[in-house]
Amino acid sequence: MTTEAGALPELASVYWRPRVNERRLVRTARLWTLCTISHTLPFVGAAALLVALKPLTAPVAVILLVHAWIIPELYAARGAGVVRVRRSGAPPAEGRAMLLLGDLLGHRARELYAQMGLVIEPGELGTWLLGETGALLVRRGGRRVHCYCVRATDADLPPSDKVAHLLLALRADEAGFATVANLSFSGACWRLRRRLPAERREALAAAMAREAARSDCAAGPSALSESCTQG
Amino acid sequence: MSRLIRMDQTGHTTLAEWETDDPIAVQEAIAAFRAQLDQGYFAVVSTGEGQAQQVQELPLQAPLVILRRPIAGG
Repeated sequence: MTTEAGALPELASVYWRPRVNERRLVRTARLWTLCTISHTLPFVGAAALLVALKPLTAPVAVILLVHAWIIPELYAARGAGVVRVRRSGAPPAEGRAMLLLGDLLGHRARELYAQMGLVIEPGELGTWLLGETGALLVRRGGRRVHCYCVRATDADLPPSDKVAHLLLALRADEAGFATVANLSFSGACWRLRRRLPAERREALAAAMAREAARSDCAAGPSALSESCTQG
Repeated sequence: MSRLIRMDQTGHTTLAEWETDDPIAVQEAIAAFRAQLDQGYFAVVSTGEGQAQQVQELPLQAPLVILRRPIAGG
């Protein structure tokens, strides 16, 4: 595998993975949706068939429908798990780590991190939310999210240093970052949102709003608003 | 004054500080930089808002060079 200039060195450890790009993300999202449908449709079909053949079996049909509902919920819960953890580090080390992370962030992102424990970072592929052990990528339009499990290899780092590791890697090579990370869920933002703690929901909402605004801006001059000019 | 820092268990540690017109400090910084790369660290410099660059050689003009551990999918 040839390594592009500026690519993350970590890509060498996942040489078999094709590098992520816009087209691959769209394809991944469609495959994920198809996979979810293939898991749930048999339950829905069986429920409908049971009721059609013998209405008395309606309670069993309801159980099947609940199964059909639970499967995507379990996937979403797995996705939410990548940013659910927030551990407080030992005060001196975490304090120093927060100072460094703060230096890397703008004022608004620093505020959001203090409140919600996630760093919001705009990228080419969408808006990222970075936690200690994972990242969320809210895609253009703000309706779909990809959840990635990715972390610094040193488990003893203070929490903010772990986030800073991900932030620097993301900024150095966004597509490479998405390639190295393991996808744990791709689906609707609303489905993920319900599985997140309250403060993380606010972070997700901020990323969704940002991507919705970017999408409006990209729609054309008629949709231009103040938010477009502010980036 | 440029700084070479390493993100570690203490938050971060400053490994070297240098001015480009101080050859001894520069040599010490380069030596520290290479030693950390040999230990498996990667070096990154910020190149503007929201942008960073991996570097293999110590960029002497950069105000801050950060050493990080590799990342991996969990």
